[in-house]
Amino acid sequence: MLTWIVRRLFQAFFVVVAMTVIVFVGVHVIGNPVDILISPEADQAERARIIAEMGLDQPLWKQYFFFVNDVLHGNMGRSFVFNEPALKLIGSRMPATLELAVTAVLFSICFGVPLGLYAGLKPDSVAGRAIMAGSILGFSLPSFWVGLMLIMTFAVHLGVLPSTGRGETAAMFGIQWSFLTWDGLRHMFMPALNLSLFNISLVLRLTRAGVRETLPMDYIKFARAKGLTPRRVILVHVLKNIMIPVVTVVGLELGSTIAFAVVTESVFAWPGMGKLIIDSINVLDRPVIVAYLMMIVLLFITINLVVDIIYTILDPRVRLETKA
Amino acid sequence: MTVTLEVRNLRTHFFTRAGIVKAVDDVSFKVERGQVLGLVGESGSGKSVTGFSIIGLVDPPGRLAGGSILYRGQDLAKISEEEMRSLRGNRIAMIFQDPMMTLNPVLRIDTQMIEAVQAHTNASHSEAWTRSRDALGMVGIPSPEERLRSYPHQFSGGMRQRVAIAIALLHNPDLLIADEPTTALDVTIQAQILAEVQKLATEHGTALIWITHDLSVISGLADRIAVMYAGRIVEAGEASTVLDRPAHPYTHGLIGSVPSRNKKGEKLRQIPGMTPSLLNLGVGCAFRTRCARATAVCEQEPPETLIPPERIVRCFHPMQDVAA
Ligand SMILES: Nc1ncnc2c1ncn2[C@@H]1O[C@H](COP(=O)(O)OP(=O)(O)OP(=O)(O)O)[C@@H](O)[C@H]1O
Ligand code: SF4
Ligand SMILES: [Mg+2]
Repeated sequence: MLTWIVRRLFQAFFVVVAMTVIVFVGVHVIGNPVDILISPEADQAERARIIAEMGLDQPLWKQYFFFVNDVLHGNMGRSFVFNEPALKLIGSRMPATLELAVTAVLFSICFGVPLGLYAGLKPDSVAGRAIMAGSILGFSLPSFWVGLMLIMTFAVHLGVLPSTGRGETAAMFGIQWSFLTWDGLRHMFMPALNLSLFNISLVLRLTRAGVRETLPMDYIKFARAKGLTPRRVILVHVLKNIMIPVVTVVGLELGSTIAFAVVTESVFAWPGMGKLIIDSINVLDRPVIVAYLMMIVLLFITINLVVDIIYTILDPRVRLETKA
Repeated sequence: MTVTLEVRNLRTHFFTRAGIVKAVDDVSFKVERGQVLGLVGESGSGKSVTGFSIIGLVDPPGRLAGGSILYRGQDLAKISEEEMRSLRGNRIAMIFQDPMMTLNPVLRIDTQMIEAVQAHTNASHSEAWTRSRDALGMVGIPSPEERLRSYPHQFSGGMRQRVAIAIALLHNPDLLIADEPTTALDVTIQAQILAEVQKLATEHGTALIWITHDLSVISGLADRIAVMYAGRIVEAGEASTVLDRPAHPYTHGLIGSVPSRNKKGEKLRQIPGMTPSLLNLGVGCAFRTRCARATAVCEQEPPETLIPPERIVRCFHPMQDVAA
């Protein structure tokens, strides 16, 4: 188990290194941040001073070398635009994205599992078929369009939900969170729903498939032959089997939900990391882009690791193999 | 002797797209307290469906299409699902054919046993645990306390079947339906389990229906034998009489195909042909395409005839003298 974790961390390290190289080269190829960042009125001396300050007068490999050196000293670089440490900048936007993504994932479980259970238990009912048809829409409708429709319906026509921003926030652990206030929750509902639509459909279909697969099994019939209530058969015997793929997928989706919150954040003007990274890419603010991507990579790796660990807890057959 | 179960004219049909499958068609038999009934027949003859009909677990598109199932005089075909549930696993228990599939792979043995105890009693968790441990000990599982914490995959097939038997016997049922529980096991373990179940059943006066396609398995065990063919009982009577002097050509063929009953060096006699499809089975004796004694009259429905003192046979040309 331990060697397995160490190996995973080792892999993670190389992925991060590769990532920084790619981003460094990539940003360099796309364009010169100097053209965007320095006002055209600045004179030659001023220009040279700023370029030197940012270290952009050095050859790329040297810049990379300085960057690595800085990182090893715990310094992830400063944003060209805000002149603040990149990490601090991302950190200040992270809670907004995290709470949005986590809420979206919770939505996908809270809506996806019950709907999938129903569709699996009553596959031929009208409601069961409607759920399945709806899930196809959830997969295929573009996220930004659904977001706009949500705003049109709930904010513009009905006027029941706010359409932009985080709303009122409250502090916990010295960080501002929207989910702690009623107003914040109202602001979060639409973006979270929008962000979770794909995952709801995914979880729903997984759950349904799992139910259809599990129900005819002998052990379900045996559980019923023991005289268990239908409730217990479904909630314990069926659900426990289905939770294995659902947890895996939901866990893995958390990473991509965070990474792809970009669209939703833009539509709902949600001040999270996604919006920050889009802005940073526009002005080629390399330190922020690099720091953000490194963080996302680390996040993905952590999530994968945690999912694998949960997986072994849920499925006793896997546990045995890793022990042996 | 009191009659534990009396099945009268039971019909269980599957209403499939392709047509009606009469898996059980006009089946009648009786089992008395402490008695063993061997239900014998080829694969697909409707033995399992008969068992599931009694315990009320016929899955759609199948359902009871007629007849009565009298458990201590109460018709199980007429009681509510909740009443049936409280009998299932409690007064009427069943063991399945494939031990590898009967236990839920993701739940520990203790969970699966304790829930079975608590489904029918108000026992506390620790009381239920004690009962489960004792039940495991009784079916010959070494160090039951430890084994309770195991998952099914940590047991061999024979051990799993013992666990299933322990679960089935938890509430000392009045009726135990054993659906080929030893078919998937080694011959030595088969014999052990057979002997143990019989012992436990006799101790508690449990009526036992032992389903098998292999006559040799039950020849020493059953008090009575009912031979099933294509959803019907074609011969039923006292075990030794049926085995020594079979009256129905099909029973005769079955006995001929048991190795131990053939003389050394003699070729095994096989019944020619295959089990007919139960889908839209026409009138007439279903065995006539394979029967050496078939005549024109066999195109009609053979009546149930009595061979004194109490044997029943469904054939126009039985191989023993019938009542005048
Ligand atoms: N779900 C179903 N849908 C349609 N037909 C079914 C269904 N289940 C069982 N049958 C039919 O019922 C018949 C009897 O099946 P059953 O399982 O009782 O046979 P069996 O005697 O137990 O055979 P085996 O020795 O293989 O277990 C089969 O021929 C099958 O075609
Ligand atoms: S009724 Fe006719 S075909 Fe059927 S078993 Fe008897 S002799 Fe054979
Ligand atoms: Mg069967």
